[in-house]
Amino acid sequence: MIRIPCPYCNLRNASEFRYVGEAGARPNPDRVTPAQWRRYLYEAANPAGWTAELWYHTMGCRRFLRVERHTVTGEIRSASPAGRHLESSPDAVPTVADSGAPDAGGHP
Amino acid sequence: MRGARGTPWPRSFSKHDLAPSYDVVIIGAGVHGLATAYYLAANHGITNVAVLDKGYLGGGASGRNTAIVRSNYLTPEGVRFYDRSVKLYENLAAELNYNVMFSQRGHLTLAHNDSSLRTMHWRAEVNKLQGVDSEVIGPEETKRLVPYLDISRRARYPVLGSLYHPPGGTIRHDAVNWGYARAAEHLGVQIHQHTEVTGIDVQHGRVTGVRTTRGDVSAPIVVNATAGWASTICDMVGIRLPLVTHPLQAAVTEPVKVFLETVVVSGSLHVYVSQTDRGELVFGASVDPFPSYSMRGSLEFTEELAGHVLELMPSIAKLRVLRQWAGVCDMTPDYSPIMGKTPVEGFLVDVGWGTYGFKAGPVAGETMAEQVATGKVPELFATFDLARFAEGRLVGEKGAAAVGH
Repeated sequence: MIRIPCPYCNLRNASEFRYVGEAGARPNPDRVTPAQWRRYLYEAANPAGWTAELWYHTMGCRRFLRVERHTVTGEIRSASPAGRHLESSPDAVPTVADSGAPDAGGHP
Repeated sequence: MRGARGTPWPRSFSKHDLAPSYDVVIIGAGVHGLATAYYLAANHGITNVAVLDKGYLGGGASGRNTAIVRSNYLTPEGVRFYDRSVKLYENLAAELNYNVMFSQRGHLTLAHNDSSLRTMHWRAEVNKLQGVDSEVIGPEETKRLVPYLDISRRARYPVLGSLYHPPGGTIRHDAVNWGYARAAEHLGVQIHQHTEVTGIDVQHGRVTGVRTTRGDVSAPIVVNATAGWASTICDMVGIRLPLVTHPLQAAVTEPVKVFLETVVVSGSLHVYVSQTDRGELVFGASVDPFPSYSMRGSLEFTEELAGHVLELMPSIAKLRVLRQWAGVCDMTPDYSPIMGKTPVEGFLVDVGWGTYGFKAGPVAGETMAEQVATGKVPELFATFDLARFAEGRLVGEKGAAAVGH
């Protein structure tokens, strides 16, 4: 069982929460390209390591939280009110290059 | 180890030094990687192949699944694909000269409400059109196949019927891995265990080789067959795929005399159960509710599982759970895999298997080998390409999931 230090309800079992997805601002639907929107919908970073994500405290305060969690060890570094992370941002664009093809030269 | 006559048993596979180059490098020595290597050698004569694994052979999802094989899927593409796998499994012991203990004992998916019964009818009709033996049967007939099942109206989740799939069953998953490994090795393929890939070299959009903990290797073709860890390998070439990794847990009980002859699945109760040849009950459930690469079991899993199994079969309340474990699954948005070419030339993927990977092992190997050898997309997986997410051609296979993941 992993436990999440909810800023409103203190340390609670993860089963009280609903996992929402990786944290990151939603691109503005009016200005986004179909490719960017698709990336926002589908292409998670899915890292084996530290990641920032959104959780919803279904059986508690019913607030959205931004949680930093290690996906291999289950360790949680922080949990804070999601706040502005939920708002859509006109500047938010996904991090992978548009073409989908990596640059020549190999290692990132 | 010594055989019955006192002579040493021949080793099934041996250790090799890593060669400086191979024609094909396959990352992941699970059933998919090993089957791809085997069919490359057996069907296409390509034997200068290395299969690399950071751990031991078959130590990931290939050795952690609940060993169930079936082809009663929901989409025609899915049914055709997994049915080819069942056909290959049927002949696998003879083909590999290795007893894989395939037991086609029948596969039952219970329906506890009208909507699941509707999906069962839908699946049965799709299955029949593809020539797969699959039909919806009533509660009484289900009870005849599984006498210990509670089909009474008093049950909290009454059994309204079930999807019966006679060719489905179980297989010894380790034997499948070992069999493919041995057969591939006999044809000249090299399997390198404990050889972790740390980087992939790409020049001008083309794969040129891989870097490993045992040295660098050049290869014009690299196949990513790493299931749950697929994203970590794709990161090395800068490709992001629509994958999310979730653990899937399973458990076994102490062995008892045979009383359960078929595989029983309940989607509503999130559980599937079968009895092994040595009498243990093997249980599986849905994936964990949030992404993780952790392979530790959890108490919530065991607790929920036990409750659900006892809804179905109250009489096994005294059975003790011997052990539980987890494997990791790379889930795609539509529950169908991602196979074939990627934007990096020479870098092929055989990923996104979610909870279906083991069932698809042989056919994935056969078709990936064809893709590698001929450069053409095999018809069987043409719709499982990466471009489908961009083009809105998803192959929705969630309705065929054993349990509601």
